[in-house]
Amino acid sequence: MPAITFIHADGKSDRVETSGDESAMQAATRHGLDGILAECGGNAMCATCHVYIDAAWLARLPAMADDEDALLDGTAAERLPNSRLACQIMITPALDGLVLRLPERQV
Amino acid sequence: MSAPGSAVSGVPHLDVDPFDMNFFADPYPTHELLREAGPVVYLDKWNVYGVARYAEVHAVLNDPATFCSSRGVGLSDFKKETPWRPPSLILEADPPAHTRTRAVLSKVLSPTVMKQVRDRFAAAAEERVDALIERRSFDAIADLAEAYPLSIFPDALGLKSEGREHLIPYASVVFNAFGPPNELRREAIARSTPHQAYVAEQCQRENLAPGGFGACIHAQVDEGAITATEAPLLVRSLLSAGLDTTVNGIGAAVYCLARFPEQWQRLRGDLTLARSAFEEAVRFESPVQTFFRTTTREVELSGATIGEGEKVLMFLAAANRDPRRWDKPDSYDITRRSSGHVGFGSGIHMCVGQLVARLEGEVMLTALARRIAKIEITGEPKRRFNNTLRGLDSLPVTITPA
Repeated sequence: MPAITFIHADGKSDRVETSGDESAMQAATRHGLDGILAECGGNAMCATCHVYIDAAWLARLPAMADDEDALLDGTAAERLPNSRLACQIMITPALDGLVLRLPERQV
Repeated sequence: MSAPGSAVSGVPHLDVDPFDMNFFADPYPTHELLREAGPVVYLDKWNVYGVARYAEVHAVLNDPATFCSSRGVGLSDFKKETPWRPPSLILEADPPAHTRTRAVLSKVLSPTVMKQVRDRFAAAAEERVDALIERRSFDAIADLAEAYPLSIFPDALGLKSEGREHLIPYASVVFNAFGPPNELRREAIARSTPHQAYVAEQCQRENLAPGGFGACIHAQVDEGAITATEAPLLVRSLLSAGLDTTVNGIGAAVYCLARFPEQWQRLRGDLTLARSAFEEAVRFESPVQTFFRTTTREVELSGATIGEGEKVLMFLAAANRDPRRWDKPDSYDITRRSSGHVGFGSGIHMCVGQLVARLEGEVMLTALARRIAKIEITGEPKRRFNNTLRGLDSLPVTITPA
């Protein structure tokens, strides 16, 4: 199964095995990872699973929908060009090795 | 209450009334009975299917094509009965109609908008706590859980100051009306005329102050997102679901923190837990207890076959304490990872005002925990009975300032 790596704001990293049928947010919360809140449970409403995608991976992700784009304007930490919501990134085998950086805060 | 029997379809039939006063007084034993009887049950009293386990509640919420909302999210089937009021354009609608109206309210209540109102909401919470500290002893429902949202939400909407006393009674009618034709529902609708008239009037564009949520909804008409006849009904959704729900949410949080002093002390020790303390109260108490869906086709759900046009009652509160999903479900734990609870629903109809609710809860609990050392319950809490909402009518408390 594809595995992904979250890098915390303090530089520590966590490698997380995904089920092959879940989003980066679901994988993170299933493993009890700090730094992903996901208050809305993955319904693209709360912007509390904000991540920064490593530059090398950004173009390989599926395009952003309008609702995700709008939500990212409301994130607690600064929105950057590589900002995404982890609940909108389904981890397929092609994303094995994906690196996601966590912001300092989600609310 | 009889033991689950077996029926033609293999679905256990239960003789329980989840809209009965005795049930409301203590729903937990019946919730357990419903969960343990099977993944899908049938309630003979109202001729509806029921789901009380987390997995099935979540599945029904996330399959809106099969379990639709446009035939009403209460017991009444809009295909067979005339609704008591014109149906909601968002709550009682399915895609694609729902998609458009939902987008409008999502935009009006977005994270970006929450950032703009945050300081105002937080300042009002501080003011409320100042007043409570002066009094020391008060009713945590009337003077806190109701007074705080009433001090900010109607203004945020842009409502006139006259007539606001109709808001909570109107919401109470709306949530009673989702229930079966029992006394609660009949009486609520019988008394509803003045409240309905007030609400209909306030939803009009000229009655909503510029810059408020209501005016922002009407501005979407100019953008071509909705029509001028749709806008007032979408404002109505905020009037129906935006106040009494947060009253019960904040009431639930204060009731939890007063009952579980070790959790209160944890919160005092780390104010960043305020938001999660509120969220956990929404899971633990589930201010919105139930909603219905109606099947659009014959469907198999966890081995049970449900025919077309059947009402399915989702026990959100029971799902939020399903031991299959939650570790120590009956403990109120403010450090729990409560993400995924269905207290706000799930899927396309998940509470569109959830960010407002969380913001109100967070800033109020932060203000309380910063200033108050102890909350003691000094009298018997009184329950308020409603077919859908769970909350208290009064909660006498005495506080000790920090």
